[in-house]
Amino acid sequence: MDKTIEKQLKIDAAKVRIGIIEGIHAAKAGHPGGSLSCADLLTYLYTHRLNVDPKNPDDPNRDRVVLSKGHSAPALYAALALRGFFPMDEMKTLRKIGSRLQGHPDIKMPGVDMSTGSLGQGISAACGMALSAKVTCDPYKVYAVLGDGEIQEGEVWEAAMFAAHYQLDNLVAIVDNNGLQIDGKVSEVMSPYPIDEKFEAFGWHVININAHDFGEMEKAFNEAETVMQKPTLIVMRSTKGKGVSYMENVVDWHGKAPNDEQYETAIAELKAYLAELEK
Amino acid sequence: MENKATREGYGEGLCALAEVRPDLMVLDADLAAATKTNIFKKAYPEKHFDCGIAEANMMGVAAGIATTGKLVFASSFAMFAAGRAFEIIRNSICYPNLNVKIGATHAGISVGEDGATHQCNEDIALMRAIPNMTVINPADYVEAKAAVLAMADYVGPTYMRFGRLAVPIYNDEETYKFEVGKGITIKDGKDVTIIATGLMVAEAMEAANALHEQGIDARIINIHTIKPIDRDIIVKAAKETGKIITVEEHSVIGGLGSAVGDVVLEECPVPVIKIGVNDVFGHSGPAKDLLKEYGLCAENIVNVVKGALGK
Repeated sequence: MDKTIEKQLKIDAAKVRIGIIEGIHAAKAGHPGGSLSCADLLTYLYTHRLNVDPKNPDDPNRDRVVLSKGHSAPALYAALALRGFFPMDEMKTLRKIGSRLQGHPDIKMPGVDMSTGSLGQGISAACGMALSAKVTCDPYKVYAVLGDGEIQEGEVWEAAMFAAHYQLDNLVAIVDNNGLQIDGKVSEVMSPYPIDEKFEAFGWHVININAHDFGEMEKAFNEAETVMQKPTLIVMRSTKGKGVSYMENVVDWHGKAPNDEQYETAIAELKAYLAELEK
Repeated sequence: MENKATREGYGEGLCALAEVRPDLMVLDADLAAATKTNIFKKAYPEKHFDCGIAEANMMGVAAGIATTGKLVFASSFAMFAAGRAFEIIRNSICYPNLNVKIGATHAGISVGEDGATHQCNEDIALMRAIPNMTVINPADYVEAKAAVLAMADYVGPTYMRFGRLAVPIYNDEETYKFEVGKGITIKDGKDVTIIATGLMVAEAMEAANALHEQGIDARIINIHTIKPIDRDIIVKAAKETGKIITVEEHSVIGGLGSAVGDVVLEECPVPVIKIGVNDVFGHSGPAKDLLKEYGLCAENIVNVVKGALGK
């Protein structure tokens, strides 16, 4: 990947991370760990991959994103804001009464393609969108983002069978493999491993990448474009809490907001990183 | 009267619907022969998609299709549609208010021989509790077919309940018009009102004839749409007849009787007696014998009405 493009992606992802932390801090509740681990992915999708137009959010031919791991809503919202769907400042209304930014994604929000939050359900809806496109030969692609804990839900495997059976090559699912869920390590709570071999056995084309390497990310999505008659799964090995050092790989940061002091520390770190990039 | 199951009306209604809605897609979960979506599949194989025995995913797929603007029906037995997939229906269909139609067949105790695991007497209660959901329970083949066709321009999540058992066709296909949310007064009467839904409407009509012979003038109302319910027709009946008997092939908890009770309690309190499945599971047996055993028959309706009137 071109160095200038990569640098801009890092800058944009840092802005998304700042939006995530600002939103969750203002809400005094939310899920920073999993939002930060998929922040690079959503930044990449909304700035480089998706055919979407903030001025025409309901365009029938737009690409779709279903955040099946709906608790990472702050990352989706911040990426939408970055793409111009709404001002980044609105992140501070997250989870507040009257806000469009519900605790979990709500389809009524322009730019949000599906209401999610109950784990395992988004991937099924993404299959429906992809099947619908196949029926009428619509050109759009569907991207579904899942958590690694989420794939413990049985519905995910029903959907995995379905997508392969109907040869949904217009569907790309991404597993955000940060290795942690509420009760601890996914490997200890209820191991989903080997994720790649399981999906391969279900008939998917599978690609393993580092979630924080934009070059690998671009290659993977380019490869997915070339796959015919099979859905593609990208397993991205990520760091939960990525970008805020005291949150990284700490399970407690799955679902709690930083207090004022922690907020200052997190924002200072992210802003210093951003300033370094923008030098 | 000719007998035909309401699920036949569902399958044939889908074919009629495809003529006016070419965007129609129909999903099933390995039960096409039983739900009668195979009638549609034969006519429109390219619009019928089997999801395998995976109802949760099927409901989510239906939700995804609906986001793209197409009209979609998802079919299974009532037990597995409303029961197994309840939370997907709530969170992926009703919360985003998507235009998914759920065709649930083999509802109620008249499933018969398959027994309690397949006799769903709780689906109306489950479905009417969800915001945005419409609940429709047609009484005969003609009404079932017309209800499906009415979905051409009725937008929003809708649960449609059909039966396995062949039951009398009392409506005239040439003249019948289905109107969502509108109760139908089948027979006027002044002494008591029997409000029935689904397969119990025919039983209520038979009961009314028997009551007439015994000098009791019963009003018969068919409530095919349990949500949104026709409040006016219920309040009018409460005011004019003073007593209401509800009859449904469903639990007495949360179904038609509860819905009617809610309206009566709020607007015109009069006694409401519920005939339904009394908070018990069913068991295997021929459908008609089971209906008798559980009191879901004209004979029991007559007895309950007479008891309510002190006769």
